[in-house]
Amino acid sequence: MKNSSPLKWFGSREGLYYLALAFLLVVLLPLMLDPFRLNMVGKYLTYAFVAIGLVMCWGKAGILSLGQGVFFGLGGYCMAMFLKLEASTPEATAIQSTPGIPDFMDWNQLTELPWFWEPFHSFSFTLIAVIGVPVLLAFVIGFAMFTRRVGGVYFAIITQAIAAILTILIIGQQGYTGGVNGITDLQTLMGWDIRTDAAKTTLYFICVGMLFLCLFIARLVQNRKLGRILVAMNAQEMRVRFSGYDVAAFKIFVFCLAAAFAGVGGAMFTLIVGFMSPSFIGIVASIEMVIFCALGGRLSILGAVYGALLVNAAKSGFSESFPELWPFAMGALFIGVVLAFPNGLAGLYQTYVMPLEDKLFERGKGARAEATPAKPAAERKPKTEKTDDYDPMIDSYSPEKS
Amino acid sequence: MDTTDQTAGGRSFGKGLGLRKSLMTLAASVMLATSAQAATPATAEVNTTGLAVTDDTVTVGILHSITGTMALSEIGSVQAEKLAIDQINASGGVLGRQIEYVQEDGASDWPTFAEKSRKLLRQDNVAAIFGAWTSASRKAILPVIEQYNGMLYYPTFYEGLEQSPNVVYTGQEATQQILAGIDWAVENKGAKTFYLLGSDYIWPRTSNKIARKHIDKLGLKVVGEEYYPLGHTQFNSVINKIKLRKPDVIFASVVGGSNVAFYKQMKAAGVDFTDEKPLLLTISVTEDEIRGIGGENVEGIYASMKYFQSLDNPNNKEFVAAFKEAYGDDMVIGDVTQAAYLGPWLWKAAVEKAGSFDIDKIREEFAGIEFTKAPEGYVRIHENHHLWSKTRIGKAQTDGQYKVVYETEELMEPDPFPEGYQ
Amino acid sequence: MFDGYTSSELMSIFAMQGFAGLSLFSVFVLMAMGLAIIFGQMGVINMAHGEFMILGAYTTYLTSGFFQSYLPGLFGGYFLIAMLLAFLVCAALGALIEWLMIRHLYHRPLDTLLATWGLSLIMQQAYRSIFGAREVGVELPDWMMGAFQVTDLVELPINGLFVMIIALSIAVGVYLLMYRSGYGKKVRAVVQNRPMAEAVGINSAGIDRATFALGCGIAGIAGAAFTMIGSTGPSSGQAYIVDTFLVVVFGGAQSLIGTIVSAFGISQAQSTMEFFLSGSMAKVLTLLVVVGILMLRPEGLMALKVRR
Repeated sequence: MKNSSPLKWFGSREGLYYLALAFLLVVLLPLMLDPFRLNMVGKYLTYAFVAIGLVMCWGKAGILSLGQGVFFGLGGYCMAMFLKLEASTPEATAIQSTPGIPDFMDWNQLTELPWFWEPFHSFSFTLIAVIGVPVLLAFVIGFAMFTRRVGGVYFAIITQAIAAILTILIIGQQGYTGGVNGITDLQTLMGWDIRTDAAKTTLYFICVGMLFLCLFIARLVQNRKLGRILVAMNAQEMRVRFSGYDVAAFKIFVFCLAAAFAGVGGAMFTLIVGFMSPSFIGIVASIEMVIFCALGGRLSILGAVYGALLVNAAKSGFSESFPELWPFAMGALFIGVVLAFPNGLAGLYQTYVMPLEDKLFERGKGARAEATPAKPAAERKPKTEKTDDYDPMIDSYSPEKS
Repeated sequence: MDTTDQTAGGRSFGKGLGLRKSLMTLAASVMLATSAQAATPATAEVNTTGLAVTDDTVTVGILHSITGTMALSEIGSVQAEKLAIDQINASGGVLGRQIEYVQEDGASDWPTFAEKSRKLLRQDNVAAIFGAWTSASRKAILPVIEQYNGMLYYPTFYEGLEQSPNVVYTGQEATQQILAGIDWAVENKGAKTFYLLGSDYIWPRTSNKIARKHIDKLGLKVVGEEYYPLGHTQFNSVINKIKLRKPDVIFASVVGGSNVAFYKQMKAAGVDFTDEKPLLLTISVTEDEIRGIGGENVEGIYASMKYFQSLDNPNNKEFVAAFKEAYGDDMVIGDVTQAAYLGPWLWKAAVEKAGSFDIDKIREEFAGIEFTKAPEGYVRIHENHHLWSKTRIGKAQTDGQYKVVYETEELMEPDPFPEGYQ
Repeated sequence: MFDGYTSSELMSIFAMQGFAGLSLFSVFVLMAMGLAIIFGQMGVINMAHGEFMILGAYTTYLTSGFFQSYLPGLFGGYFLIAMLLAFLVCAALGALIEWLMIRHLYHRPLDTLLATWGLSLIMQQAYRSIFGAREVGVELPDWMMGAFQVTDLVELPINGLFVMIIALSIAVGVYLLMYRSGYGKKVRAVVQNRPMAEAVGINSAGIDRATFALGCGIAGIAGAAFTMIGSTGPSSGQAYIVDTFLVVVFGGAQSLIGTIVSAFGISQAQSTMEFFLSGSMAKVLTLLVVVGILMLRPEGLMALKVRR
């Protein structure tokens, strides 16, 4: 919140949660893990971008998109196109019949670079496209659907169909897109080799930085009036509309925001993993992204980050020791999250851990009155925070934790 | 370390052990005889790059999908690789060391393949990786394996256009499968017109390009070329188109579940393949696939491959018997399964020729390495890391086996970058 | 592309292409009917619909194996029994799932989507553990193979006709059940106004369970029928999901007639385009047109005039 001093905010309970996450990602994990594992965590974090977007658009505004993979993929492809062009110098591709174009184009007998690849020679254009292309598509979809008041289930199914269409299209146009193999063998970013351990570690920290940027943007949105309108829309769309708000505009905005986050995540994914393929766009990938958000807690942006980390870590762990059990575990996770704790980890934390924290802080305050100035603030803050965020719908459904 | 057979179909577990045991005793006697003169070389000599080699063991990686949509295709490869490893161990191992393996699941997901290959190379320091099946998974692994200088033994027939110093391709590249197949159809069946049909991804598209070029060169005609999305199950329209164009040969590279739908619907539409009007020549239906399609639906189609389970030679009989003993009598062995079986043996031959596990030293020895006990007969590694091997045409029978009707006299030279594609 | 053909050849090709469109239509109807009941009437998004179909297919596979080993003489007729069994097995599992899972979620349709997706993952892996990862081949009795010769050039696949007949009878059956029976009246009452329906003494929980089971059972029959034309493997079911949902949504979710009309429209569009374009592009164009129309007319082709 802008009106309180930033330092004070870090002392608040919410601030402490962010600090804890930052400590985990910036200090703890890099110290504990070797570069290989850290790189994997980096990959998981790129999914967290999508999950944060889903919290905003599904958790808050009630728009479930099953096509977030589309935006993730578009962001990733934009970045991959730039890197591929950089890797396809005339010298490196001298054995091709047309040197200087990506190898898969040569295999498909293209003799010049397609027009839409040309702008991706420019890094600044690429950076704009990573966000711009997903947002543009989200805007078109959102504009067409929300102004006609398509919502809920219909929206979910249509976005899913769009994911299917894009996958078939990319696979079918392999001369232009690399087909089912995707765009592979990416090596350098502006001359900087992204495959070394040092580069991977640097990219990890960049990823963490971007993640916090997105978290703060999301937080800004949710704590403003804007955020409250989104939540209100979810609960009582008609009333919001009758109060004079343009519901469609708000929905389009939050959908575009989620697309932008997903695009950034996709671009980071390409950098960290070193390739992009249509399998991230498809239906399965897109639904999996929803579970990251659902497990973390569909109303908590911090929860989304933990959700993405946990599900993916569990996936890697399971598939190393019990590959056949993983689909069972994943399926059970979907069902369990929905049936038993619809508010995910954040909800559980809220119900079980937060009361303990409250007790702890009370006692701490009594024992060391002035020793830790941060803690009294932390204890005061949540109360105001709660009344701030009060909304009948949230209260009955799921109190936000941050 | 995970060296159990837990993944390769639980039911075969006991039999696998039984086989291993009997082979062990056999091996023990062999080893007693040979150990006197061939003293095991010191680990420091044979391993200078920090691979997982001890005085008694060497660790390799197996990386296939055992979950997800590709599992049905890849499990045969896993079984073949494990069988080869067991047999090598039973015959004394490699440079006196028993092979242990770490198996990872690619889960039919390309980034998972990349991640797991990185794990195998970085964390397990494996001396070789036997794995990958689809081109997409190989492309995902490739940068990793080149970066950390590993060595991948890749079993699938594939589209070519690749020649990595860090991969040995034990399957055939496209020209080895296609050229001889088309020549055969032209010479023996008088084919003049062709209809090219495939699933929509890189392998069928590239294969059909090679086929089309070759057909053009022969002065014959392609009357149609068509692709359907992976997993497509409705082929009535294309069947009508085929009936309209009346090609002499349908050249099919449909894969996966689509295969089942395609052949069932062809059959239902009144096309009897045994009439050979049109003749169907496939490069994608192995004995494995026929199990899902049903033998009665493909009776009479021809396949162009390098290996069929029914090949009549002593090596193959031994191999088929061992495979069935290990995994059950109802197993069938397809082209790729056999190619996967070659991987560990070729690796062993290269290691022993180089006298070292070091990747760089092995690489120099690849050209010319032979494997005379190959079930397909005889193979030799070309300097481009592909195999010289014969092309064979098989005719499908109702029991799901192919009858070999033709084989090239010479070994076909692998040519991953055919003219006009370079 | 039609140079050098006689007009009779062209006519017969068009006739067969029309038949191809019709058999795609009946496939769509079969796929969508069960879902239309579950989604349209109950508002539950059953992402495991494809897996229920595959359960029906595996039931058929087991039945055919049983008949081959124990009752080879009756093999010719096993398919009808297999379809019945497929219906019963799927309906029973459906009822169980409804009781365990779905009934807690009626007020949260989007959550049924996630939960049933989880269910579909579990079912897929269960198939893989039980039947193996490979596809299984379902053997058909001889009389169902081959084609029915109409003229010299026109041949109609018998199993295609068979699928068509099944689709037709199911459509008619569902129509009668929904609009001409006491049960149907109750279902429609619950759909339109649940509290009022309960107030007049309708056991709405029982109706829900029966309806969900019915939808799953029809999916089972569809799966049994598809063993004739498609593949049966652990993940075959996923291929159907997008098409199925689009058909139902395009038709207007709550209208059974709409589902049939939309299945007809989509199948004709797709098979016509397939004939003139490549298969992949035909698919993309069909989906694009459907999504485009849905954006312009979100309520689908035939919408009930009810304010949501």
